[in-house]
Amino acid sequence: MSTATPATTRCLSMAQAISEATAQEMARDSRVFVMGEDVGKYGGIFSATTGLLDKFGPERVMDTPISETGFMGAALGAAAEGLRPISELMFVDFFGVCFDQIYNHIAKNHYMSGGHCKYPLVITTGIGGGYNDAAQHSQCLYSIFAHVPGLKVVVPSNAYDAKGLMTSAIRDDNPVVFLYHKGIMGLSWMSYFEGSTNEVPEEQYTIPFGQARIVRTGSDVTIVTLSQMVHKSVLAAEALAAEGISAEIVDLRTLVPLDRASVLASVAKTGRLLVADEDYLSFGLSGEIAALVAENLDTLRLKAPVRRLAVPDVPIPFSRPLEQFAIPQVDNIVASVRGLMAFKLD
Amino acid sequence: MQATTEQLLWMYEKMIEIREYEETMSRVYLEAKLPPKIQKGLAFDIGAGPVPGEMHLAGGQEPVAVGVCAHLRRDDTVVGAHRSHHFAIAKNVDLAAMTAEIFGKATGLGRGKGGHMHLFDPAVKFSCSGIVGAGAPQACGAALAAKKLGSDAVAIAFFGEGAANQGAFHEALNLAALWKLPVVFVVEDNKYGISVEKSASTAIASNADRAVAYGMPGVLVEKNDALAVFEVAGEAVARARRGDGPTLIEVKTDRYFGHFQGDPETYRPKGEAKDLRQHDPIPALAGLLRSRKLLDDEAEAALRARVSTRVQAAYDFGRNSPYPDPQDALLHVFAH
Ligand SMILES: Cc1ncc(C[n+]2csc(CCOP(=O)(O)OP(=O)(O)O)c2C)c(N)n1
Ligand SMILES: [Mg+2]
Repeated sequence: MSTATPATTRCLSMAQAISEATAQEMARDSRVFVMGEDVGKYGGIFSATTGLLDKFGPERVMDTPISETGFMGAALGAAAEGLRPISELMFVDFFGVCFDQIYNHIAKNHYMSGGHCKYPLVITTGIGGGYNDAAQHSQCLYSIFAHVPGLKVVVPSNAYDAKGLMTSAIRDDNPVVFLYHKGIMGLSWMSYFEGSTNEVPEEQYTIPFGQARIVRTGSDVTIVTLSQMVHKSVLAAEALAAEGISAEIVDLRTLVPLDRASVLASVAKTGRLLVADEDYLSFGLSGEIAALVAENLDTLRLKAPVRRLAVPDVPIPFSRPLEQFAIPQVDNIVASVRGLMAFKLD
Repeated sequence: MQATTEQLLWMYEKMIEIREYEETMSRVYLEAKLPPKIQKGLAFDIGAGPVPGEMHLAGGQEPVAVGVCAHLRRDDTVVGAHRSHHFAIAKNVDLAAMTAEIFGKATGLGRGKGGHMHLFDPAVKFSCSGIVGAGAPQACGAALAAKKLGSDAVAIAFFGEGAANQGAFHEALNLAALWKLPVVFVVEDNKYGISVEKSASTAIASNADRAVAYGMPGVLVEKNDALAVFEVAGEAVARARRGDGPTLIEVKTDRYFGHFQGDPETYRPKGEAKDLRQHDPIPALAGLLRSRKLLDDEAEAALRARVSTRVQAAYDFGRNSPYPDPQDALLHVFAH
């Protein structure tokens, strides 16, 4: 964080923190504007834009038609002209209808222009399951954005981080995809994990990208995680502590850039790694972290093989018992860590 | 096109069935979702209760479903969107299996995997999707298949006025006209896409006018009335079956419920939904049936009892069926 701890803080939900960061940056910079479905009167389906319409009016807080290709492309075009759009994709699952604008253009135009053109825009979007919204409304998919070169990818786990990261996102001269988990937004209509709503300074501050946060220090095992899974990991770590197992939790906060040093430092200390992820298992974040450790085995000494917890390569099912099975839960984290501790490498 | 007595009575009974289904769902959905039964600090818990997740109800929009489906055969295809219970019921989707699916049960249409936005009943060629606009090209594919396979079956894509601003809608219309496909696009204009009024999302007043750009007939049905829809849809379905190509229909209809259950509806004038119910299409059709002596008190009572039995049996089946085994989440990713 770039400023000293300020005097005035309040307890805010992650949704309030995101809209506050946006409002403060809109007040500071007239080039910033917001567009997306139901971002105006409704205030965003997940309340990420609540209050903005009243403060800034319909010229700067624009409800769009259900035309994601249209307004994602428009965000690019406006950013190229020097504006700083924030374009909300209501659920990340809907990127399917507009991904060409995102991955072939927003992500690549700066590169293809040889660095001459800039696209300072933010795509905000809701991710995650746990409330039975089924296969087309429950995915995380951040790995897909991180896979495409040219997009910065931010995945906050709490209000304090969300405000600082959102301010950095809006000020960044690159396209940033900002993915907020619905289950930690502090919505009044969705059950939540404690901890995502926390103390947030009133004044603006930035949190630089590429700096993981050590949520809890520990000596036996490293849990690398992010977003809502941070809170599940904390609960798991508390249960494990009662058994005498000391878990360190690393909240990545951003995938691009990725804080490789923090991951490696923690694993060097504990010798054991669990990646706890809510995205699909294969070809994604958990594999990336495992590969990072594998590439550094010349200097790292592991006491157990790397373990990954993620959605086991199935679409997110609707029915409660099926969804609870598919999405890693606190108990699964505890069991995986126990498994790691029981392992004896010769 | 004149509706036969049988068709009129069928539409009436189906509208009552849809209404009772949706009214019942609005109550069942709230079970265990309100304080004090839920986590502290919440006003409502979307993931709690026997029917968790999002719930989009179609009360008020019955005329669109029955007016179109009255012309369909079992082998005609219907593709719906997120708000599709009315289409499913009008297409004779297995009501008990549909309800079990909405409860997330192993006996459901999708064994609990799909949920209310993702209902698949291949026996009556029904499917729907939670992605706005996705259905229109899929209906083109069903129509293309009918053509290739030498059948005179048709395909219907139902979606909201909000979906008519998706690229997929425009691509589908061009494809359908270009290939002269036996497909009918039916837009339900219920005035809103979630909170956004049509006038704030769509540059022209009637989507029917967009048909001209694609070289197909476009018809606006201005009244939320089963017979009015029936007449226009009859022409369109007959035209498709004859091999004369697609039609675009828009129907002005009314959404009695919120966008989803739990919607605070602050974007809507207070009391709007109540006012809309003053023009309920069900009593309107009852009046017509009575004036033609096709319905009396006794027939009405018998019909309502029949419908209630059916609907309540479906709910009982859904509620009492077993949940799938958690590990079944791993099944059905691929066909074998
Ligand atoms: C591609 C896509 N974008 C956005 C959404 C979110 N969404 C679900 S329903 C809806 C409004 C749809 O409006 P309309 O097509 O008029 O149908 P209605 O809900 O009125 O029946 C929106 C924006 C979605 N499901 N899919
Ligand atoms: Mg609508």
